[in-house]
Amino acid sequence: MSPNIFLTDDQVLIRDTIRKFAEETIKPKAIELDDKEEFSSDLTKQMSDLGLLGAFIPEQYGGSHLDYVSYIIAVEELARVDGSQAATIAAHNSLGVGPIYYFGSEEQKQKYLPKLTAGSLWGFGLTEPEAGSDAGNTQTVAVPDGDDWIINGSKIFITNASTDMTLGSTVLAVTGKKPDGRKEMTCFLIENGTKGFNPTAMKGKMMWRASNTSEISLEDVRVSKDAVLGRVGDGFKQMLATLDNGRLSIAAMGLGLAQGAFELALNYAKQRITFNKPLSTYQATAFKLADTDMGLELARNYLYNVCRMLDHKRRISKESAICKLYCSELAHMAADHCVQILGGYGLMKEYHAERFYRDQKLLEIGEGTSEIQRLVISRLIGCYD
Amino acid sequence: MNILVCISRVPDTASRVIVGSDGKTIDPQGIKYIVNPYDEIALEEGLRLREKNGGTVTALTVGGESSKEQLRTALAMGVDSAVIVKTDSSFDSFFVANNISEYAKSINPDIILLGKQSVDFDSLQVPSILGELLGLPSVSVVTKLAIEGNTVTAEREIEGGKEVVETSLPCIISAQKGLNDPRYPKLPDIMKAKSKPIEEKDAVNSDERVTVMGIEIPLKKRAGIILGGEDKDIDEVVRLLHEESKVI
Repeated sequence: MSPNIFLTDDQVLIRDTIRKFAEETIKPKAIELDDKEEFSSDLTKQMSDLGLLGAFIPEQYGGSHLDYVSYIIAVEELARVDGSQAATIAAHNSLGVGPIYYFGSEEQKQKYLPKLTAGSLWGFGLTEPEAGSDAGNTQTVAVPDGDDWIINGSKIFITNASTDMTLGSTVLAVTGKKPDGRKEMTCFLIENGTKGFNPTAMKGKMMWRASNTSEISLEDVRVSKDAVLGRVGDGFKQMLATLDNGRLSIAAMGLGLAQGAFELALNYAKQRITFNKPLSTYQATAFKLADTDMGLELARNYLYNVCRMLDHKRRISKESAICKLYCSELAHMAADHCVQILGGYGLMKEYHAERFYRDQKLLEIGEGTSEIQRLVISRLIGCYD
Repeated sequence: MNILVCISRVPDTASRVIVGSDGKTIDPQGIKYIVNPYDEIALEEGLRLREKNGGTVTALTVGGESSKEQLRTALAMGVDSAVIVKTDSSFDSFFVANNISEYAKSINPDIILLGKQSVDFDSLQVPSILGELLGLPSVSVVTKLAIEGNTVTAEREIEGGKEVVETSLPCIISAQKGLNDPRYPKLPDIMKAKSKPIEEKDAVNSDERVTVMGIEIPLKKRAGIILGGEDKDIDEVVRLLHEESKVI
């Protein structure tokens, strides 16, 4: 690791610990789980035992109370070995636990956080079949009925929503109209097992095959008013804030994947002899590796710096979009170079390169496509004012 | 059970080592330091003994200020207290053993656990010297350990096989790979470890028996040359040995 990254002793120990765990425990299973498209409760349990499920949550709710840099380092180290396990952790912390911790009432925090830091998962139901980037077009509707709400609609591409360790999901629904004519939205905390609430695993994915991705159908789901996250009408704002932070963990996944692909390519290129000399000594190869290393240095410095801003409670809407965009495009380049350098072997499943190549693609799509990131950045620099 | 585990700070074997400008030490720039892997096994064994028998685990290191990093790792893994015997100079095995022994006399441990060797200088001396200094049985290269009452049964690795020995507490055990799989420190424990106190002691004995004269990086193996089987090839071998490698 480059000496220009200023980390505290505990951040170094966290990096070493998660790296060792990922190398020793996740790596031997990654190819098989990917091949079988299987979520591993066993690995998730082990990650939970390490304290990864409540990474930045304070101790009083059972969390590990990491600073944001440390949390991002943990996600990065998981992604360096396996995007699927990193996805389980990143989605659970940033999208599952995050909204309850930041916007929940004390009662809701007491009710859910101790479980969600100790082995249970929670999903974040935002995306719908017809509302992805266009979240304003959300169709799921919640209607008041006495002290209860009745919710109908459907959600799609929801991480962690239907494992046997899942306790429930946060669901965004339309609860009325604002004076300006736009939809009023509210988030609801809905537990699995609630009548009419049906999360099911989606199969046939190209990437993150060992992570759980779900569809949720909601048919006359009845929840009490205690299930409202924060206040009625705050849903859209809560969702945007959640995504600001969530982008940093996607960025960490891009950075980690790029690092993993880079190391694989560099080690291979130094050992592989072609025309009597190591592949790494040909400029066509060496420059690919130099470009990737440059990207890693820049991405890591910027991402950690933005995490430090977040630790100091600064606003990071533009910065988190830049992190997510840059790191996911870096992962694209690194995985592409990695497969190219490994040549025929890079195409085979028994090497990790082809999995990196598939896994990186999600990063340019999930939690705001690269196009949406460019839109966020261009808005915030005043292009459309 | 009063358990003392001795750990040392060593360069990660994956680091690229460069000889320092004095020719006697390595250049610490860019080197990553870790807990000696065999000491990590000793730490794990200490923690397991505590979990089974109760008591306390104390981690001890002899070294400079930066060795506190390794004590933090030990605290994150779960030891009860951490002690550093501070020294700013370089030191040999005798120095280390002597200072461990002085500290051990002050707490009278039931068992002292350490790695069979440190992966930096690989002297394999400390556990045995320590046994001599404290007058305690010292069992080295242990791959299996069982303690019933006061009786200690240890399996040791020997050339081509294993040996089972029996001794009694208090004793010194040096750990070999295979004894256990060290646990990963948990994230909340890492966060808590940074605020735990580390007790500082000054080195009481500065006696050293070994002086390092110089260290060198081994030369890279060069590719061999394969010659034919004819008489002229023998002449060529002689010429190469004389003129190229200059051994004759």
